[in-house]
Amino acid sequence: MPSPHTHGHDVGERLFVHRHSVIHRLPAEVKTVAMVAFIFTVIMTPPNQFWAFALYAVILVGVAGLARIPARVILPRMLVEVPFVFFALLMPFFGTGPTVEVLGLSLSQAGLLAGWGILIKGTLGVVSSILLAATTPARDLLMGLERLKVPELLVQIASFMLRYTHVVSDEMHRMKLARESRGFTATGIRSWPIIAQSGGALFIRSYERGERVHLAMLSRGYTGRLPQLVTVTTTAADWFTAMSLPAVGLIIALTAIWAGR
Amino acid sequence: MTPSLRIAGLAFAYPDGYQALFGVNLEIAKGERVALLGPNGAGKTTLVLHMNGLLSGGVGTVEVAGLTVEKQNFPEIRRRVGVVFQDPDDQLFMPTVRDDVAFGPANMGLTGSDLAARVDEALEQVAMSEYADRPPHHLSFGQRRRVAVATVLAMHPEILVLDEPSSNLDPASRRELADILRGLDITLFMVTHDLPYALELCPRSVVLSEGVVVADGPTRDILLNDELMRANRLELPFGFDPRNVPA
Ligand SMILES: Nc1ncnc2c1ncn2[C@@H]1O[C@H](COP(=O)(O)OP(=O)(O)OP(=O)(O)O)[C@@H](O)[C@H]1O
Ligand SMILES: [Mg+2]
Repeated sequence: MPSPHTHGHDVGERLFVHRHSVIHRLPAEVKTVAMVAFIFTVIMTPPNQFWAFALYAVILVGVAGLARIPARVILPRMLVEVPFVFFALLMPFFGTGPTVEVLGLSLSQAGLLAGWGILIKGTLGVVSSILLAATTPARDLLMGLERLKVPELLVQIASFMLRYTHVVSDEMHRMKLARESRGFTATGIRSWPIIAQSGGALFIRSYERGERVHLAMLSRGYTGRLPQLVTVTTTAADWFTAMSLPAVGLIIALTAIWAGR
Repeated sequence: MTPSLRIAGLAFAYPDGYQALFGVNLEIAKGERVALLGPNGAGKTTLVLHMNGLLSGGVGTVEVAGLTVEKQNFPEIRRRVGVVFQDPDDQLFMPTVRDDVAFGPANMGLTGSDLAARVDEALEQVAMSEYADRPPHHLSFGQRRRVAVATVLAMHPEILVLDEPSSNLDPASRRELADILRGLDITLFMVTHDLPYALELCPRSVVLSEGVVVADGPTRDILLNDELMRANRLELPFGFDPRNVPA
């Protein structure tokens, strides 16, 4: 199996895993809508219907398989969830109502269920987002949002963040080289003031470079709207393919709600 | 025939109060190649930024092929004036060379195969076609400068303005860029500290000093005018004699 490679190694594109698959080929806005809808069906599922979550997980594994995104790409990225896991783990200790004994600890039943709900729904949501990001270049996602008529200003802010992460990380790299080539090594607390100072300089430098980039964009006729360089034609078949995901999700969710009455 | 560029009585002070230009007058005919010489801080970049309205608010007028540089004309002005900035990293910001070259013409409303043709043509002109799908920040400095030139050529400008095009290029890249620029059928305005380069490419030179034009004439005459050269901190490289360069 070929190892995942990225085209361009752009900072903003680090999450994208270049493959040729059905999922990669779907237009960004179609995937975005399908993912958000799928997450909604997961959220509306009552936490005590464990089988439903097992099915959701199987579906996501299926999507990952179709997109040929291996577990070793997905699992490390799930670490972003860790802070929420802490929160979920605390719930059983602070919940009210009837309790159960687990390993000599008295835990709230409602808290356990709520904690589990947060954990599993959060995890499924995170995995869905990871899959979207791994199969859609960040720039396409932004253009997709534009096509979905998300307010232009929001899309603009997001796209500038994307571009400036690049500017800033470049600048950071150059300053690091400049520091180190003059004999600086970051050792211990005594180097902190220097790092802090370069942090300030980094801000100014990135800001000024950002401004020069902006001037260069204006010179080429930029009017506040990034041109759509590729004309994407979204077909009914694309929507049909993508929406089959939340459709199945909805069936599961409704069945779970009905079963849990 | 209307000149490609006409600047009349242009004076400008930066918002912090520093006056950089004191009444600049300049006219460049269509198809001319003109070098702008002058010491550091003379106001050369400031002047360039006025040509497409990136700086404004002083007195005087700038016209490009008869069209006044003012807010309601900006889209057309920016199509007509192609500015290549000193640092190609400021100019190139899209994920691939192709997208970057397409940025300008796409802003002008070109799409589909027209857009693709423009991009191919511009990359062809600077001999960078085979790099179309590479990310710009992975190219060498000289290659990035060439792509930067392509990004504005793709807009089919009336006048190409270059801010220190030969800086940081190795001798071979410098010569290749000269060949490319000489081959273009376009009005050229080039800011440079590289006097042999000015002599090689531009029959006419303008010297800017402390915000005013102090000389305007054949490049060879200017480079041979010792008094003028010394007064404006212009120095020929060691061993270079314009007299030995065939006209
Ligand atoms: N943003 C600014 N605010 C205030 N003063 C500025 C600004 N940019 C430039 N200046 C000043 O205006 C004068 C002209 O600057 P300019 O950049 O046009 O010079 P230049 O001829 O391009 O010099 P160089 O050969 O070094 O590129 C300089 O004295 C400079 O300090
Ligand atoms: Mg300058």
